[in-house]
Amino acid sequence: MSNLDAETVQFVRETMIPPSAPPGRETGAVKWMRENLFSSWFNVIMTLLAIWFIWHFFVPMIPWFVNGVWNADSLRECREILDGRTGGCFAVLSERWKQLLFGFYPQTEYWRPILMFIWLAVAAAPIMFDNLPRKLLIATAIYPFAMVWLIWGGSIWGVLSVAAGFGLGYVAFKFADRKLEGLIPLLVGLAVAVVWWLFLRGPVAGGLQSILPFGLPSVGSRELGGFLICLIIGVSGIALSLPIGIILALGRISNLPLVKMICVGFIEFIRGVPLITLLFVASLLLNYFLPPKVTFDLVLRVIVMVTLFSSAYLAEVIRGGLAALPKGQYEAADALGLSYWQAQRLIIMPQALKISIPGIVNSFIGLFMDTSLVMFIGIFDMLGLAKAIRANTAWIGIYWELYIFIGLVFWVCCFGMSQYSQWLERKLRTDHH
Amino acid sequence: MTVVTEAKPTSAKSASDEIAVEIINMNKWYGTFHVLRDIDLTVRRGERIVIAGPSGSGKSTMIRCINRLEEHQSGKIIVDGTELTSDLKNIDKIRSEVGMCFQHFNLFPHLTILENCTLAPMHVRGIPKKEAEATAMHFLEKVKIPDQALKYPGMLSGGQQQRVAIARSLCMRPRIMLFDEPTSALDPEMIKEVLDTMVELAEEGMTMLCVTHEMGFARQVADRVIFMDQGQIVEQNEPEEFFNNPRSERTKLFLSQILGH
Repeated sequence: MSNLDAETVQFVRETMIPPSAPPGRETGAVKWMRENLFSSWFNVIMTLLAIWFIWHFFVPMIPWFVNGVWNADSLRECREILDGRTGGCFAVLSERWKQLLFGFYPQTEYWRPILMFIWLAVAAAPIMFDNLPRKLLIATAIYPFAMVWLIWGGSIWGVLSVAAGFGLGYVAFKFADRKLEGLIPLLVGLAVAVVWWLFLRGPVAGGLQSILPFGLPSVGSRELGGFLICLIIGVSGIALSLPIGIILALGRISNLPLVKMICVGFIEFIRGVPLITLLFVASLLLNYFLPPKVTFDLVLRVIVMVTLFSSAYLAEVIRGGLAALPKGQYEAADALGLSYWQAQRLIIMPQALKISIPGIVNSFIGLFMDTSLVMFIGIFDMLGLAKAIRANTAWIGIYWELYIFIGLVFWVCCFGMSQYSQWLERKLRTDHH
Repeated sequence: MTVVTEAKPTSAKSASDEIAVEIINMNKWYGTFHVLRDIDLTVRRGERIVIAGPSGSGKSTMIRCINRLEEHQSGKIIVDGTELTSDLKNIDKIRSEVGMCFQHFNLFPHLTILENCTLAPMHVRGIPKKEAEATAMHFLEKVKIPDQALKYPGMLSGGQQQRVAIARSLCMRPRIMLFDEPTSALDPEMIKEVLDTMVELAEEGMTMLCVTHEMGFARQVADRVIFMDQGQIVEQNEPEEFFNNPRSERTKLFLSQILGH
């Protein structure tokens, strides 16, 4: 071995090579098509089949949309205008879209549901996006009461007195919390609120109304319908079923046998019964079981049933998220001295819910679409209205236009939820940025 | 039980006569399996104890009993003068006085490093946010990673994560620290940085119980090494004696295996 060789073998790097950019790839449409559409014989055949399918089934639909008639009073008039050409009769939508959105809500009061829609967006915003000012949460807190008052109308004291029950319960809880321990303050708060609602609320609200009468014209539940009722039931169900689902999931994995038994029993019962059965119970049977003269509003009964139904499914989804958390997280929280509820609130739930986002949103989308089942208990949601419109002599025989519109409305809502959940998942990723 | 009469020079000034942890005749079963058998152990304040032994010998289980991550079935455990019973209040009190570091760090992945360190002081001790953050930064500087405070645990290396876990425990100002194999999940390059942090802590007089296989650490800082096998304390002695002159056959075998290469 020569000296030269020896020198080359002993090697010490003096400068580190900086990282370089990856080799530039060929780009362009042709390259993309070659790689993705025509990369093998099988792909070529599949591509051609797909093109044929699109040509055969979707292209013929184009004139139906393009030639569509938007101004006419009946299906017959539509056909006269079209004069034998292919085309949709979208006039039914331009004539009836208000009904599809608001049901039989009085026309003069349309501003109320519209204000409710806008307020809903404002109320949901600070919950969905944490970079918005926290003061917006006030709008969120008022929203449930404002929504009820705007939609159903009546004396404002009715809604305010119900809200006062929450306030009184909270004050009682805070007061009891200073002197008592454990669950007792919570029970005291609850008891005060219930006593207020059952015995004092009615007379107080009545008294205030006679002194300071202020209210909106009443609108009955039977007059609600269309997209409005779908949104009321859907949003209430979503907002109420998440906390109940969390409690049920925690109950199901609890060490306390009685709590566990109740939660398992509830979840298994609800999951074993179709929603439509529960809705029939809400609309027909509940009146038999309740004492005479005690009546709940039909929409309220439906909201309760939809919430219970959805919360049982959510509980199972969240239980899956809880099971996916490493045991070390519980141990670290314990070792730091956090109490059970602190650990749940600060450590366990934020992570378990994050893991369960896809499943939770899946349940929410399901719940939102299931609201159309209320058609079967005599509430005119969009599908119910479509049926009614088609029974009208002017629009007999119309079919696609209505259902495509309804499908589109549902799709926009559900696709929005799905997109939000994906954005949220990306935002909550903390492993690497 | 062997009573250590001759303490090392370093421990003479740090360990006092005050008792930090006392375990009396403690037994534990997993179902029918007898994991810990008649454990007797007294730890004085400021003492540094290393617990060694083959896997499955019950070392981790024993120190996890001290902050009630595991429940013992008979005998007594007295921490800082408070006996561990099923009384939840006592358990929470003891847990807030006893810090613990785990093999897999168990940082909270959804919170930043700083939030990991301020969470317990704020919610358990009720310390205001500003003050908790100042304390957290103090301890993060001590473990030499203040510049990572706003990152998430998933962006840090294993060694850095374990140092954050130590800082997180220290933020609660614990009087006793438990270490459950803190370096076993780390790459060799990172073990040193964690051990350095632990040595520094030991030099400040923290009462420490460490389950570890790092015998160099044991020699350097321990006042006492405890050897466990099959759920029992087989031998305990000061490190020099323990390593150079092990008494039981089981200890000799273990040491020959662990130091033999």
